[in-house]
Amino acid sequence: MAFEGLSEKLSRAFKRLTGKGKLSEKDVKDAMREVRMALLEADVNFLVVKDFIKKVSSRAVGQEIMESLTPGQQVIKVVNEELTQLMGGTLSKISFSPKLPTIIMMVGLQGSGKTTTAGKLGNYLKGQGKNPLLVGCDVYRPAAVEQLKQIGDKLSIAVYYEKDNKDVKSIADASIKYAVSHNHDVVIIDTAGRLHIDEVLMEELEETKRAVQPTEVLLVVDAMTGQDAVTVAQSFNDKLGIDGVVLTKLDGDTRGGAALSVKAVTGKPIKFVGVGEKLDDLEPFHPDRMASRILGMGDILSLIEKAQANIDEKKARELEKKIRSQQFTFEDFLDQLQQLKNMGSLSHILDMLPGIGGKKLKGIQLDDKQLLRVEAIINSMTIEERQNPNLLNSSRKKRIAAGSGTSIQQVNRLIKQFQDTKRMMKQFGSMDMKGKKGKIKFPF
Amino acid sequence: MKGFLKKVDIFDKLKKSLSKTRTGITDRIEQLVSYYKNIDDDFFEELEEILITADVGVQTTLRLVEDIEQEVRAKKIGQSDLVKELLKGKMLDILRKGSDGSWQDKFPKVLLIVGVNGVGKTTTIGKLAKLYKDDGRKVLLAAADTFRAAAIEQLEVWGQRVGAEVIKQSKGSDPGAVVFDAVHASKSRKADVLICDTAGRLHNKKNLMEELKKINRIIDREWPEANKEVLLVLDATTGQNAISQAKTFKEAVDISGIILTKLDGTAKGGIVIGINSELNIPVRMVGTGEGVEDLQPFDAQNFVEALFS
Ligand SMILES: Nc1nc2c(ncn2[C@@H]2O[C@H](COP(=O)(O)OP(=O)(O)O)[C@@H](O)[C@H]2O)c(=O)[nH]1
Ligand SMILES: [Mg+2]
Repeated sequence: MAFEGLSEKLSRAFKRLTGKGKLSEKDVKDAMREVRMALLEADVNFLVVKDFIKKVSSRAVGQEIMESLTPGQQVIKVVNEELTQLMGGTLSKISFSPKLPTIIMMVGLQGSGKTTTAGKLGNYLKGQGKNPLLVGCDVYRPAAVEQLKQIGDKLSIAVYYEKDNKDVKSIADASIKYAVSHNHDVVIIDTAGRLHIDEVLMEELEETKRAVQPTEVLLVVDAMTGQDAVTVAQSFNDKLGIDGVVLTKLDGDTRGGAALSVKAVTGKPIKFVGVGEKLDDLEPFHPDRMASRILGMGDILSLIEKAQANIDEKKARELEKKIRSQQFTFEDFLDQLQQLKNMGSLSHILDMLPGIGGKKLKGIQLDDKQLLRVEAIINSMTIEERQNPNLLNSSRKKRIAAGSGTSIQQVNRLIKQFQDTKRMMKQFGSMDMKGKKGKIKFPF
Repeated sequence: MKGFLKKVDIFDKLKKSLSKTRTGITDRIEQLVSYYKNIDDDFFEELEEILITADVGVQTTLRLVEDIEQEVRAKKIGQSDLVKELLKGKMLDILRKGSDGSWQDKFPKVLLIVGVNGVGKTTTIGKLAKLYKDDGRKVLLAAADTFRAAAIEQLEVWGQRVGAEVIKQSKGSDPGAVVFDAVHASKSRKADVLICDTAGRLHNKKNLMEELKKINRIIDREWPEANKEVLLVLDATTGQNAISQAKTFKEAVDISGIILTKLDGTAKGGIVIGINSELNIPVRMVGTGEGVEDLQPFDAQNFVEALFS
């Protein structure tokens, strides 16, 4: 199937490896064919994939299989480690200039999300106590400056622009002087989207860069970009020199293989990711999370880590925190159901969680019809009700049932399922994290 | 095809904009052809990679290559250059299956333009409006992206550029209400074409997709006699996610066609083949730049010819 997830693919590939004592060349080769296809499906550039497979294969072949791992787990461990390393190893941040102001220039293709990201970044830095200035240098796209102005207004961040000036370099230049005289310590320059092969417009960027000497040039890349991501990133980096990448629209359902491609060809760190349309939907980049997203295995990878002989306590605590910190509301519940549905094989994943067999969650086994009903019910709740299920007295339940075209029994059942899940999340969060090793059943 | 579609020199413009794609794929296939004297497994694997690099997608690529492999074996084809012809034919089959060319010149017409963020919806609307205006039609635009900052202003600039009235309300208002107004304005002003802009939305956002369904229903309800097209705008730079986009938008609002933008870049646009093969949605137009003229009708024959000529 076209939309088969990577995790199923990998499971299938690694199933064939089960039961063998050592990773042979053939084992690894077979598995790697699946990994290759899966990475390509995730939009990782084919050259990058080729390179990656070569590296991982040579590392995996002949490897001692750790006592507590199956051969399949051993391979996925290597795959994940290499992937994380390729993604950049550690988290990197914006660098600030010792000489004020720090100047950040946003560049990228049309429609990648530069203007919104400029606003988000301003907001992020403002939250860190900076006094940013946004600069509207997209003089081409209709209403682009107006868009930046409205974003600035909303965030109470100053915006510098020049109404009838089309000379980008001079606007940028003047904005720096303005920033200095108005005590702005960070300047964020929004530029027009352009094709990497548009010589005139690329030259304009180079000129602007020479003029203002930015501290950071950030390339904004749409996470949904396909194979061409390497060409784009390489061109911008060669012609302009970039310092980092912002990956946008990660709130979509793309696997985001472009992240790997861009990192691999430029060597420049991905510094932030955009995860929504709201102006605070900007997060620092976590290479390990991105690696597991591209691999499609999420926290299961953490569970593998946990299963190893030398369990890393710190990581386990992180996982625990992740699970515990979920302020679990009906909205989250719906969200989770949808996510699980997208992952395809719910029971598969549940099987892997310690102490929670697929059976226990039978009540929320998903078929589409059920999910629709659940959605209808939750959509009929008020926002307060979704956040605070205790409000749901019988008259409210009656209203919800009527509003969603369901029965009170169905509403009750959903509430019970929600509470069960919530309890289980808690249980999962608290169990087994304090040194005791759980029995973890892996499907491969 | 009638009307404005005749006025543009489809073949030339498309060819020009696809030259990079063409050079890419063709060069590499030529290379292959001369390199491989015999058709062996490596040959097919390389062929796979060429298609994948063009964003055709793993599944479609595998299917195409397997088909060809079988045919090659069955017909005992010994020359690798014949494989190129076979591949061309297969791609054309897939594209033809999707593009039935039924973009009708029936008026009044409502176009609902949908897609994820930043793909080029508003710009494409400007270009479409221009085509219809040049064809002597009365065109109205509905500013139903009430969400993104300055989206209304952006559409207004396009409206002024091409001389089309924009029906709007204030930012943050209900997009359904804007479309409702626009439909009634179109009726009373006897417009030939109403083009509705919508906010970009990621297809996995349930609420936003519901909103879109509602807009779609309002058009059906308020103007059932109009000839409606729901057009999905796809960015040629997008990878495999475009298939998921097409699938989900189709489920929600029954997409009747695709407009593929940004073919003036280096992205290959091969995703169109993947989409047609899986979903059967015809590609109607292609965007090849930011200018008002940079929109051409899509033609499967020309598309493939341009890829391989
Ligand atoms: N190079 C190129 N840019 C395009 C094309 N179509 C749209 N754009 C640009 O893509 C960006 C986003 O377009 P816009 O219409 O605002 O997208 P929307 O968010 O979908 O409405 C703008 O900078 C457009 O000028 C195209 O065919 N080629
Ligand atoms: Mg728009």
